[in-house]
Amino acid sequence: MTVHQSISDEAKPAYNYAYLDEQTKRMIRRALLKAVAIPGYQVPFGSREMPLARGWGTGGIQVTAAIIGPDDTLKVIDQGADDTTNAVSIRRFFERTADARTTEATDEATIIQTRHRIPEAPLKAGQIMVYQVPQPEPLRKLEPHEAETRKMHAWAEYGLMQVKLYENIARFGEVTTTYDYPVMVNGRYVMAPSPIPKFDNPKMQMSPALQLFGAGREKRIYAVPPHTSVRSLDFEDHPFRIQSWEQPCALCGAADSYLDEVVIDDQGGRMFVCSDSHHCETRRAQGHRGTMLGDATASGLVEAKS
Amino acid sequence: MTLHVPPPETVLDPQPLLSVAKVSRFYGERIGCADVSFDLWPGEVLGIVGESGSGKSTLLRCLAGIDKPDQGEVLFRGGAEPLDIYSVAEQERRRLMRTAWGIVHQNPRDGLRMDVSAGGNVGERLMDNGARHYGRIRETALDWLQRVEIAGNRIDDRPRQFSGGMQQRLQIARVLVSEPKLVFMDEPTGGLDVSVQARLLDLLRVLVRDLGLAAIIVTHDLAVARLLTDRLMVMKDGRVVEQGLTDQVLDDPHHAYTQLLTSAVLTV
Amino acid sequence: MTTMIHVENVAKEFTLHNQGGVRLPVFGNVNFTVSAGEALVLAGASGAGKSSLLRILYGNYRPTSGSIAITHGGRPIDIVSAVPRTVLDIRRRTLGFVSQFLRVIPRVSALDIVRDPLLARGASPEEASERARTMLARLNLPQRLWDLAPATFSGGEQQRVNIARSFVDPSPIMLIDEPTASLDANNRNVVVKLIAEAREQGSAIVGIFHDEAVREAVATRYLDITDFRKAA
Repeated sequence: MTVHQSISDEAKPAYNYAYLDEQTKRMIRRALLKAVAIPGYQVPFGSREMPLARGWGTGGIQVTAAIIGPDDTLKVIDQGADDTTNAVSIRRFFERTADARTTEATDEATIIQTRHRIPEAPLKAGQIMVYQVPQPEPLRKLEPHEAETRKMHAWAEYGLMQVKLYENIARFGEVTTTYDYPVMVNGRYVMAPSPIPKFDNPKMQMSPALQLFGAGREKRIYAVPPHTSVRSLDFEDHPFRIQSWEQPCALCGAADSYLDEVVIDDQGGRMFVCSDSHHCETRRAQGHRGTMLGDATASGLVEAKS
Repeated sequence: MTLHVPPPETVLDPQPLLSVAKVSRFYGERIGCADVSFDLWPGEVLGIVGESGSGKSTLLRCLAGIDKPDQGEVLFRGGAEPLDIYSVAEQERRRLMRTAWGIVHQNPRDGLRMDVSAGGNVGERLMDNGARHYGRIRETALDWLQRVEIAGNRIDDRPRQFSGGMQQRLQIARVLVSEPKLVFMDEPTGGLDVSVQARLLDLLRVLVRDLGLAAIIVTHDLAVARLLTDRLMVMKDGRVVEQGLTDQVLDDPHHAYTQLLTSAVLTV
Repeated sequence: MTTMIHVENVAKEFTLHNQGGVRLPVFGNVNFTVSAGEALVLAGASGAGKSSLLRILYGNYRPTSGSIAITHGGRPIDIVSAVPRTVLDIRRRTLGFVSQFLRVIPRVSALDIVRDPLLARGASPEEASERARTMLARLNLPQRLWDLAPATFSGGEQQRVNIARSFVDPSPIMLIDEPTASLDANNRNVVVKLIAEAREQGSAIVGIFHDEAVREAVATRYLDITDFRKAA
């Protein structure tokens, strides 16, 4: 840590605040304003080279860099966890370049940059969600031509999207898309919610927080303003449903959170735990206990499949 | 003695469904089609015949809203207001093409989504137009598959598992499901075996009559034209050289080219 | 009696463009009238243009000049200058053509072929089927053939299907071209009877009959077109 600190101190003067130059931040803010004004509409922006590869969250980082200030508190989650490599690196990046306070607590954060999850704790007014988006175009797999997908958005021609859902139901009896499940924003634009599980889709609906989406490689920004309708696409007789699990979190006992399957040995043993690590810790601190923590000898409680 | 014969136009529908005025399309110096004008009334089936390169497919593309003509006007009276299809916004033209119009391509691959099931192919236009009830979409798709003689248990199969004739029938169902008023067909029986052609022709004949469709059919096969069409336009070098009632044109051709065309047909 | 057909100054000439533009005059200065309830039989030697005249009346051949007023829906309409959809409407409701040949449509059964004109004129499917069956029975077409497509029928069987189709609901005007050519005496008599019934119901009939006896039985009037040929 000491080594990092010293590099950080030396490097500081070499970079502008929050890494990007002010002109770039302005450009991104203009794109953001337009995106907020037209919920769900993909605004092109001049995506910059960042000190990490495209596809690793450069879109989200640029959005965060454009909106962050010294008073902000940043939380970064990757796969729901605050302690994974990417989350730690991005947090440190803004600690060093923007003097930002960082946190793992959802309710303390003013900006939450995320990949794959929306926190379980309800979002509040004043908070900003920043999503890292690999593929902003929900129609891309159905229609390869950009010129055509733009027309489809422009005139709200979304029958083809529905055909995809139809095909799922016809083949598997249900819509099998489990993440990046397409949504209709403000009754107008079909939008890719980024690769969050469809479990999180309902959290976007009428959220009091501002939600910003950045796709660095694809050079697109879009947004959902607070209190905006975000409906998951479905059929009248096959309504949208979120995932559910047969057991609660093995650590905190939560029955209403998104669970990750974790393999714990080479005998096929597995457990299900909250993917939102902060949520899980908070509950445990409050005294909630899952099956695995109810007993000191945890391994004895986990059934091996063999 | 002179008879006072009323103009026949006043007897039937007062307005044509499609009015085509002086449509021309050029490719540089070369003429795609030139100076084509005609009216098409509801329920009428017009055939466009001519050899390869005569401009019949170019004309069809101009009429169907696919390829903007360099000159001329195509006026469609399907709704409350007559629509000049090349002066309205593209959005309106696209809407027309998934509701009141249909295009049946010669190659089913151009008109079908090969990765989407038969049911999805037929249901797409319904979903385009706002249908959001899976069960009802499927029911309608099933009904249409049966009307084009595709067994209901093939509803979840993809078109690539179908024979050429079945693909073509599926394409027809996909187009007709939105109950269009006007259908464009480009060599609908081209590339099919003779026995398969016969079945398709009969199907088309019945559907066109039962649905009261107006249709414009491009074909080089005069037997197809005789079976399916009410009227015929004969094209040569991009121009219409002769037109009239189908049996008139085929049985009593006046233009040299039409005489050549009809005399070249083998009768079986 | 109502005039159903009024032919005025009709001339016909074929120009064969691909054979050096040779002109083949058929006839000229054709004038005649046919009224409801009449059966006009065209006479003249073979090749005199009887069939061509019949086709002109049907709007199938286009005359080089002249007009033909067909009484359609109570009004005379010139079929020569009428637009295609009007001609089709006239054929659908007023003008029937009985030829020697049946245009076979793949896969369509004999019964469907016969009831088709009734359906086109708005009869219920049940009524149309009933009348079609009666007509096929009268023409002695074996019942086992009714639900088959006539493509494989014999010439005489196809012809009877064709006649049944034409007479199942006789048109106000019937143009008849050699309908009895390949029929046996028994069926020929049925056809003569059908024509007579149609005429008594008020149809105007113009026909060509090769068979002398049939001609005699059918005609109320003759028209020799040999004179028109000289005028060409």
